[in-house]
This record gives sequence, structure tokens and C-alpha cells, in this order.
Amino acid sequence: MKPLSHAELAISCRDLRKQYKGSGEVVYAVNGLDLEIRSGECFGLLGPNGAGKTTTIEIFEGLLSPSSGDVEVLGMYWGENDNELRQKIGISLQETRFPEKLKVLETLELFRSFYREGRRPEDVMETVGLTEKAGSLVGKLSGGQRQRLAVACALVGNPRLLFLDEPTTGLDPQSRRKLWDVIRRFREEGRAVLLTTHYMEEAERLCDRVAIIDHGEIIAVGSPVELIAGLGGEHIVEFSMNNGADIPVDVLEDLPAVLEVRADGNGISLTVSEPHIAIPALIQSLQSHERSLSRLTTRHASLEDVFVNLTGRHLRDDEISSS
Amino acid sequence: MMKYHPLNELLKARIREFLREPETIFWVYVFPVLIAIGLGIAFSNRPVNRVFVDIQEHVIAEDIAANLKQDSVFIVAIHTESECKERLRLGKSLVVVIPGEGFTYLFDPTRPESVLARQSVDDALQRAAGRRDAVLTMDRHVTEPGTRYIDFLIPGLLGMNLLAGSLWGVGYYVVDIRVKKLLKRLIATPMKRVHFLIASIGGRMIFMIPEIIVILGAGVLFFKVPIRGSIFSILILSFLGAFSFTGVGLLVACRARKLETVSGLMNLIMLPMYLLSGVFFPPERFPGIMQIPIQALPLTQFNYALRALILDGMSLASQGWRLGIILAWGGISFLLTLRWFRWN
Ligand SMILES: Nc1ncnc2c1ncn2[C@@H]1O[C@H](COP(=O)(O)OP(=O)(O)O)[C@@H](O)[C@H]1O
Ligand SMILES: [Mg+2]
Repeated sequence: MKPLSHAELAISCRDLRKQYKGSGEVVYAVNGLDLEIRSGECFGLLGPNGAGKTTTIEIFEGLLSPSSGDVEVLGMYWGENDNELRQKIGISLQETRFPEKLKVLETLELFRSFYREGRRPEDVMETVGLTEKAGSLVGKLSGGQRQRLAVACALVGNPRLLFLDEPTTGLDPQSRRKLWDVIRRFREEGRAVLLTTHYMEEAERLCDRVAIIDHGEIIAVGSPVELIAGLGGEHIVEFSMNNGADIPVDVLEDLPAVLEVRADGNGISLTVSEPHIAIPALIQSLQSHERSLSRLTTRHASLEDVFVNLTGRHLRDDEISSS
Repeated sequence: MMKYHPLNELLKARIREFLREPETIFWVYVFPVLIAIGLGIAFSNRPVNRVFVDIQEHVIAEDIAANLKQDSVFIVAIHTESECKERLRLGKSLVVVIPGEGFTYLFDPTRPESVLARQSVDDALQRAAGRRDAVLTMDRHVTEPGTRYIDFLIPGLLGMNLLAGSLWGVGYYVVDIRVKKLLKRLIATPMKRVHFLIASIGGRMIFMIPEIIVILGAGVLFFKVPIRGSIFSILILSFLGAFSFTGVGLLVACRARKLETVSGLMNLIMLPMYLLSGVFFPPERFPGIMQIPIQALPLTQFNYALRALILDGMSLASQGWRLGIILAWGGISFLLTLRWFRWN
């Protein structure tokens, strides 16, 4: 990556660390992070629960101070230009419960009042699709509507940089898409977005670049396409055999177009460059070993596979059962 | 001029939240009036207007009953010996007249009503038998407004309510929004922290005005409690008191991360003051060694000053050092709050 000038960088951090001293042992929530987020890109922090995403983003937001390391946000530093920085960033925390007894428009007017220059609350409601809910009490909103209100509160100060911590967690697919649209439009205006997610699909669809974090460390950075291409094969073939039968791994590894073999739950998962070569070879091999298939699926490789490939674990525990 | 001023919007938000919460309205405005009415009725020193007398069965029982019934105060009944004892024990009668050689009175000497009943029954029966009073006597009743229990109670209730309202309205509120991560969200904006504190206190000062009107109004309307001092002074005193209590509320909420913590701390502060600071009875009832801490409590001094203004018509200036103690609590609490407040 060529070095970027400060004007082109929304956020940069070097050797960022955050330790928590709990009862006895020290937790390294963020453990030596180097990141550069450019203006005009949507950057995703992808990682399982407890990876350190929230800690990282809250350090960037000026809500937590790092144990060590340098952070530069929009060319400014926390502790020097705090008010100026807060004027220019928009934030949606992982969980905020807005006052239930305020109406949507009232909440936005409240947040608008904190900013020198901002957008009209009515316009922001339009952007996130809450106009019909202007007069509804926040307590009466659905989960998706509340999340859109949180994003609206982040947008109402007309920020140059938007931080969204798990903006779509727990939302239904439709609400999720609506939020994606809002985020895309913001990015298209040339501003930067940093979001965290543990949905790989979200990161793939929405982010220009992602950093995969695990245990407070970055284990991969790049565009979703680059990262998936890094697997060597872009396809995943998953299968299992009747009666829970087994087959030696080296048999599978020797099959043509198979790049990697991994036992996965109660089946086996192959990373494959050309499925039309690998699958017939697999079926033939199983027949010659007198094994019969109970299941065979094939799909495009995803960031999930990148994560599994790097860590041997799934991003979310619940994905083990579904794969 | 900005269309949206942060202080203005914060204050509006507080007021809206308050008005849209029917529960708070009940606790802040309705509940104290209910207490006042309840206690006012329970302790309104009503004249003794009914004396329950039983007469044990006897040939002259009917005659005795007829004599007593001439005074409508006596509610007379005739029963057997065992019934009479049982009814006395259960408090259904206050005294039993046992006819025989003269009369024997059966009564409970530890119950004041019983003793009084024995006395009045005896007087009535003696007069009926022909006793003449040696000296002419007359009764005059003292139930003047300003000296009754309810007159003592109403200012105390106002003090108690201002304390509770300030602690809950600020202390609980702050911890609640801290728990909900709303406080964190707010300080992530360019909002000035002092604006937030001012709006929290300001909201409380606004809700206080109807509180004063409702409680004192109920006192005047239902019980004819006299307001002898100037309304303006009473308002100023209430303002200063509520302001100081708000400071204590903020201090209590300073670090707490859980609603349980702040509720516990607030009860720890409120309950002793309800008891010691002269809400329901004068603090002088406690022994001498306890007086120093009791007199140092802000609610004690607030209640003294409020009673002096309301019942004795004193001026605010005459309560100078009491105000000093009240404001010292507020001032120190605010300073500590600014130092220790957990924004994050
Ligand atoms: N205030 C804290 N005290 C102690 N440990 C913490 C604290 N906040 C976070 N952690 C720990 O730091 C790690 C990273 O947490 P977090 O940044 O919230 O992860 P993520 O957002 O990726 O789920 C976790 O192991 C978490 O338990
Ligand atoms: Mg998180």
C-alpha cells in the first residue's frame, strides 16, 4: 500500500493497545493495531464477539483512551481538538437506549442542537426513512426503526466521518438492507464510514475494505474480493457421508482442484478452485472407497471462509450448526 | 440566533419526559397530598364524641341506661357479665357499669379513653343521683389553625417531597441514562457537559413549583393551614432547598453504574432524614447527643426555616444561618460532583 497523505486519511493508528485489568488477569482488548482508513471509503472491522471491535472504535471516537499507541482522526488528536473532532464525527454506539418518552423528531432536534452546523432533522428523517414516525414516541419504535434513529442521530451533525458499531445486529433482513442503503449514500458523498460487524455478508456487500480482527489483533486487511481471492480457490464444497463415515484427509487433498480440506462440524469442507473438476473427482473417489454421500453443497467462498481459514474457528458460534 | 439551543433543547426534553410519565406525576404530586390527607384525618384531634358504655344485667340496668342516654355522648348497651368482660377486652366498650351496692366500674386503666370514659360515666351517674357541682365551670376548645398537628405536618411534607423529588428527579435520572448508555452517547457529541448538568437541575427546579403549590394548596384548602409568611420568601426558600437537594442527588449519582446502587444510596440518605429531620414529629424528641448530627442535616434546617416562614410569619433573612447550612450541603455536593462525575 502506498503511503497516503494526511488529507486522504480519515483515521490512522499505530500500535494501538488497550489493556483491562480485571480480577487477576489482564485482558488485551486491543493488542497492537495498525490501521489506515481513507476518506471516502467504507471500512469494516470484522471479527467475532470479544475481538476488540468496540474497544477499537470507541478509542477512535474519543470515548476510551488507549493504553498506548497513536491515533489521528481527521488530522486531529484526542486531547487536543476534542470539541472540533466531536463536531465532525457522527456516532452510533453498539447499544444506546434513547429516551422512550421523546418523539423521533424531538430526539433529532435535541441532537441537532449540539452541533454548530448540521442537517435539518426533517431531512435526516427522510434519509433514514423515519418521516412517517416523526411524531411517534421512541419507546414505540421497532428494533429496526430504533437503529435507524440511532443512525439519524449520528447523521444530524452532518459529520465527515461516521462510526457505526454493529448497526445491524439483531435486525431483520429488510431493516438491514434499508440501513445499508443509508450507509452507501453517505459514502457516495465522499465521506468515510467505519463500521463493525460480525456479519461477513454485510462486510462483503457494504465495505470497500475490511480488517479482520481476532483477540485484539488484525489478522487480515484488504478488500473483500482480495481477501477471498487470497484463499486461492473461490469455491467451497461441503459434504458429509452416510452413517457418519470417514475418509482419510490425504485422499481428499490429492484430488484435482482441491486446495484445502477441513473437517467442519459433522461434515467436511473443501476449498476448491474449479468445482466442475473437483466434484466429479470427489464423487468417484468416494465410490471407490465405498462411501456414499448424504449431502453435498457448493457455494462461493466468503469472508467467513477467510476467517475460518485464518483462525480455524467460525466467526459466529451459531454458524457452525448452520453449515 | 441558533434555531436549536442545546440548553433549551435539553430542558425541553427533560420536561417532556417528565410530563409523559404518569407514574412520576403520581409520586411527585398526588402521593404527598394523599399522605397529608391521610395523616391529617388520622391525627386531627377530633373531640371525643362517643363513649361506649356497657351495663351488666341487673334489675336496675334499664334505669341506669335511661339516665346515661340523656347525654347523647353515651352509647349504652346491656349485656351479661361474661359478655361485658369480653366486649371490654375487645375494645367494643370503654367501661362496664356493674350495679350492686352503688356502682362498680370495670375499665382498663392503661387506656386513656377508658379512664376518661369511667370519669364521664361516673359524673353523669352522680349528677343523676342528685350531686350538685360546687363551682360553676365552663369549657372552651382550642383547635385554632397554626397549632394543630396538621399545621406541623404540611411544611414537613413539603420538605420531604422536595428532598425526594430532587434525589429521584436528578440522581435516579442520571444513573438511568448512564445505564442506558445515553449519557455516553451524549458526551460523544459536542454537547457541553455543564449544559447537561444545568438542564438536569433546571428541569427539577421547574417541576418543583407545582409541587409547592399542590402541597401547600392542599393544606390551606382542606385543613386551613395558615400561610403567615410571604409566599415569595417561601418560594425562594423552597428553591434554595431544592437546589441543594439536587446537588446531593447529583453527588449520589456521581459514580453509580447501577440503578440498584443509586436507589440504595438515596434511601440511605432519605430515610434517616425523614425520621430525624422533623418531617412527622419535632427533632427535639431525640436525645441530646443526637442533636448535633440531626441539626447538621439539610432537611432539618430546611423544615425549621419553612415552618418559621409558614407558621410564624418570619422573614427569610431571619433564617440566615439555616440557609447557610442548607446551601453548604448543596455547594459542597456540586463541587464533589464536578470532580467525581463518571461521564463514561
Ligand atoms: N471495561 C472493560 N473491562 C474489562 N474488560 C473489558 C472491558 N471492555 C471490554 N473488555 C474486554 O475486552 C475484549 C474486547 O471487547 P470488545 O471491544 O467489546 O469486543 P467486540 O466489540 O469485538 O465484541 C473482550 O474480551 C471484553 O471482555
Ligand atoms: Mg462490540
